Amino acid sequence: MKRFWNGYQKAIADDHYFYERSCIRQTFFPGSEAAFLKILREELGKDICDNPHQHTCTGIGYHSDVVPFETTMTVVARLFSLMTECGYRNYVPSCVTSFGVFTEMLAKWEEEPELKEKARQYLWDACRREFEVPDNIAHPSDIIFKFRFDLKPKMKYQLVNRFTGKPLRVVEHIGCHYAKIFTHAGIGNAEFPYVLAGMIEAWGGEVIDYPERRHCCGFGFRQYLVQENRGYSIANTQKKFESMESYEPDFILTNCPGCNMFLDKWQYTIAEMEHKTYDKEGYGIPVLTYEELTGLLLGYDPWSLGLQIHQVQCERLMDKIGIPYNPAEKYCDFTGRRLPSPEKPEFLKV
Amino acid sequence: MNLIEHLKEDVRFEESLKACMNCGVCTAICPAAEFYDYDPRRICDLVQRGDEEEIEQVLRSDTIWYCGQCMSCKTRCPRGNVPGELISVLRKVSQELGLFRHSEKGRQQVLLMNSVHRNIMEIGYCVYPDRVDPDYHPEQGPIWRWYHEHIADIAPKLGANYHGAGPGALRDISEEDLQEVRKIFEVTGGTEFSEKVKKNS
Repeated sequence: MKRFWNGYQKAIADDHYFYERSCIRQTFFPGSEAAFLKILREELGKDICDNPHQHTCTGIGYHSDVVPFETTMTVVARLFSLMTECGYRNYVPSCVTSFGVFTEMLAKWEEEPELKEKARQYLWDACRREFEVPDNIAHPSDIIFKFRFDLKPKMKYQLVNRFTGKPLRVVEHIGCHYAKIFTHAGIGNAEFPYVLAGMIEAWGGEVIDYPERRHCCGFGFRQYLVQENRGYSIANTQKKFESMESYEPDFILTNCPGCNMFLDKWQYTIAEMEHKTYDKEGYGIPVLTYEELTGLLLGYDPWSLGLQIHQVQCERLMDKIGIPYNPAEKYCDFTGRRLPSPEKPEFLKV
Repeated sequence: MNLIEHLKEDVRFEESLKACMNCGVCTAICPAAEFYDYDPRRICDLVQRGDEEEIEQVLRSDTIWYCGQCMSCKTRCPRGNVPGELISVLRKVSQELGLFRHSEKGRQQVLLMNSVHRNIMEIGYCVYPDRVDPDYHPEQGPIWRWYHEHIADIAPKLGANYHGAGPGALRDISEEDLQEVRKIFEVTGGTEFSEKVKKNS
């Protein structure tokens, strides 16, 4: 029995990480990347390298079929060479698509060692660089999960509704490429993914199990990136909302930046198109990244985390938890100067 | 033109289709199958049969462009096949041979070459806020328009290094690093591939 469950465990390095930034996360949630580094360095006292020479892993292009396998493989090799050059062995890609790409390359290299040699040759020919394969690859959500009980005593707030005293009810959504491609790569495997549920439970919340819990967020790469195809994307996201609605979630938690953006922005679109929201009051269901949630519970300023750039507003959730915030600072710039407020949607309440 | 041989040249082909028993679990879980007239089981079956004419037909069709690459099929296939990966191989060959231009969905590849691929070549990111135009992305809502308009004033508050040098979110990638990325594309065939697609579009 014990051996059976070993397949659902995952080794996560303790310290000395090499961080790789995400095109999508830094575009839509730059505050989350800053929060992750702050949590690791200041709350947990860990060493994490933020190398300025990194670049895209090409994952979005690879899965949109505009970047061939050999090219992506060699770009991955260059990123590993940066890690090697800095003396690190534990690779931490911010993006779930990147996480899938790295996991895929490592699996392919293990199955076909000659492919790894090919990557070495390509990289040498292109950049005169060499690389070592990391000892450990973990998604940042894995690391927060690993240290969830170390973070808990530092937290100022719990996932408890202060008006009712009951645990907040949370929908967790895990990016498909976290564990569906290589199931061993995820905590709890693809069958019992526990990376976000573990955080929610540790911090006082209750996880909602609903029929379409594991359905894709609907990104679909070319199905969203090409404007004409976006019906695919919104239809699949809508399927999830329809399925979770009756469980009345207080918020949605994600580990993939793309999923977070779609689950947030498609609520606005559905509201404007169909006059439909998936909460009772017409504000939508707030969608948080795990970095935002961790930061909020630790008492970080919500406007430095970037909650103001979500379309579904988070104030009502913060009120439920009892997190104080200053509405006057919401739309201020970094100097404290007040910027013009964003326009209000026609139907979705903000 | 031996299409099966072309498919086999892709290192992913063998692993993506070991032996399909046509159970249809991939189709049952596929988000694309719910939205489009799409059936990954049939694709696996068709390629497995090895009929050159049928394979050419599918390479010319819209069908191979419906998959959303979520890879849910990989988790569920009892035989360890990866229909989503097989689709990537088919798309690659369709583009290499210029067959994609016979399909409306296939012809969309040039849009992706002119956006995602161009972004990688020019700035080293697949996506960057300056290039997510609110007019082309109405679904991003008024908040995105606001952020897009004021990003230079907001980004520092979020700890980002917008268009700055050195490390940090949204930094500019140095010309030296970009040159290495471009060289990788050149050496591995990524540049030639994109030119071929653009030429055939």
